[in-house]
Amino acid sequence: MSAPARPRKKLVEVKNLKMHFPIAGGLLRRKVGAIKAVDDVSFDIYEGETLGIVGESGCGKSTCGRAVLRLYDITEGSIRIDGTEIGTMGQSSLRRMRPAMQMVFQDPQACLNPRMTVAGIIAEPLEEHGKLSGKARLERVFELMDAVGLNRNFANRYPHAFSGGQRQRIGIARALALNPRFIVCDEPIAALDVSIQAQVVNLLEKLQDDFGLTYMFISHDLSMVRHIADRVAVMYLGKIVELADRDALYERPLHPYTEALMSAVPEPDPALEARVERIILKGDVPSPANPPKGCNFCTRCPKVMEICHRVDPPYREHRPGHFVACHLLEADSAAHDQSAGSTGATPTNTSIQQGEDA
Amino acid sequence: MLNYTLRRLAFAVPTVLVISLIVFLMLDMAPGDPTASLPLTIPPEVREQMRLALGLGDPVLVRYVKWLHMMVVVEPSHMIANATGWNIGVEGPRILSWQTRSPVGDIIVQRMPQTLWVVGLGYLFGILIAVPIGVISAYRQYSWFDQAGTFVSMVGFSVPTFFTGVVFILIFSVWLGWFPSMYDTTHQVRDWDSFVFQVRQIAMPVAVLALFNASQISRFMRASMLDNLNQDYVRTARAKGLREKTVVLVHVLRNSMIPVVTVIAIGIPTVFTGAIITEQIFRVNGLGDALIRAIYVSDWPMVQTITFIFAILIVLFNLIADVLYGILDPRIRYD
Repeated sequence: MSAPARPRKKLVEVKNLKMHFPIAGGLLRRKVGAIKAVDDVSFDIYEGETLGIVGESGCGKSTCGRAVLRLYDITEGSIRIDGTEIGTMGQSSLRRMRPAMQMVFQDPQACLNPRMTVAGIIAEPLEEHGKLSGKARLERVFELMDAVGLNRNFANRYPHAFSGGQRQRIGIARALALNPRFIVCDEPIAALDVSIQAQVVNLLEKLQDDFGLTYMFISHDLSMVRHIADRVAVMYLGKIVELADRDALYERPLHPYTEALMSAVPEPDPALEARVERIILKGDVPSPANPPKGCNFCTRCPKVMEICHRVDPPYREHRPGHFVACHLLEADSAAHDQSAGSTGATPTNTSIQQGEDA
Repeated sequence: MLNYTLRRLAFAVPTVLVISLIVFLMLDMAPGDPTASLPLTIPPEVREQMRLALGLGDPVLVRYVKWLHMMVVVEPSHMIANATGWNIGVEGPRILSWQTRSPVGDIIVQRMPQTLWVVGLGYLFGILIAVPIGVISAYRQYSWFDQAGTFVSMVGFSVPTFFTGVVFILIFSVWLGWFPSMYDTTHQVRDWDSFVFQVRQIAMPVAVLALFNASQISRFMRASMLDNLNQDYVRTARAKGLREKTVVLVHVLRNSMIPVVTVIAIGIPTVFTGAIITEQIFRVNGLGDALIRAIYVSDWPMVQTITFIFAILIVLFNLIADVLYGILDPRIRYD
């Protein structure tokens, strides 16, 4: 894993992204409400890095990933990819942008057309966007199959003839076909068993090095995200509650939800495991159709305060590169401002940690 | 696939034999008598002799075996001989219609073209209308087009053809005078004018049948499209940056056609069996008309033969539907 160079370029800039799905009801099926799957989310992804998105089921991770690629018509907000605003772009002009941004899907079984051969699936984007002749196209298909470690002899087989890991490789080869710069990986390993997960993640890392890819890696597997991501965003009920460098987030989480999430990561050392204090959250996630007033997390937060039920905490940079939305820190930073000490956030030395992960 | 087809064909033989026995016995045991429609003044002895002359003296199983032999050997050989001009007709007695005393096979061959034209065109137009309606209805689910399509297909599906047929005759023949209400089988197409007349006389029965078929098939098409439109691979296709037209017509439509094609294949025997009611309304003397007339006068050989041919066609097209499924869907393997 190479540390990205410091003056980094923002490849993806997302500002105030909202994705609300209307709820139709009543006799005339009028809009009676909205499911706020993604509600006012902002983040940037730097060129060549991997941004991990974590959160529990139904928190809007996948919707966020799809919305960033404009697989949905977003409700509000701005998405800039390499400086081009795509948030409001029509689908036909968006189509010409597709080669630069691709997606690897969660379910490798369902995301491949069952009636197309592997060669057909991988070649289709080339036919649509490329100018390659038939023979050169087949050569490119073989190249891609080599790149993801699929046997060339399998080119004429149908997806159902492959195992889950192989199908996910087909999905990755397909995504790579047009030399994209940015790939959204929507839980690419969730449907695979553990030994295959490692293969696919290592493949993704290798491809990132080889082709200089930028990933948005959506997962609920905290250990895997810690392995692959450079920075991590934590989502809860449609909002990002915390976004920071990986080590800062895993070592010293600032938001109570992140703390609870991190305390749930299993510890491989049994001696340490016995001493781990788990933070058990009570209750269920509220419905995204009817989120609580104030902070979204106030119904389950172990450190809830009176203000949390009234005011939605602002999402701010509390330490360099460390964004959090929580009232606890609002109080902290107010105190910091008074003592005029801006060195509260000591930059962490990440090099030792990275050696362990590799 | 070939092995599978051959195995299925081999299994179809006992099925068809059992069906033939049931058809034969059911008609044999049914009340009604071929001489019942004759004048009451005929004395009973003469009546009995007429029955013997019709071959009703033998035990039922003997008659069944004789009929089966004629059905599967003699009649097909004559049909092929007539069609090709080869001299391969098997000698021996043929299945004779009790009403006309002519071979049943010849009557069926005479009547087949009318049925195939009228009912076949009705089926074909039904499919041609149904597929685009189903596709658009699903793609624009709950739009006014979908609502209108749902309404029309509910009407087409729930109102029987004997009603729509009469309504059509009332509107287009009686009130507007656009089309003749009766189908003239003797009409021959020789020039442009006679062709126009043929189109006009075939229009209404075809329209009635097309409406009925289209309303069924369009529902299947819509449901199948809706199933596929929400699949993940459709999102993949969009993410590839394909044109919306390609996404819908190549990815979604091709996958949606799999169940629809099999439904269409299973429905094809009805084209041969004719639409009994529609043929009656428009006086098309096709197979359906022949069957209903034979039932009226207890012409058992005719009824048995036509019913048996239907049974064979249904078994055959079920097999064809299964094989088509295997060809269209690579996930299905029969071996």
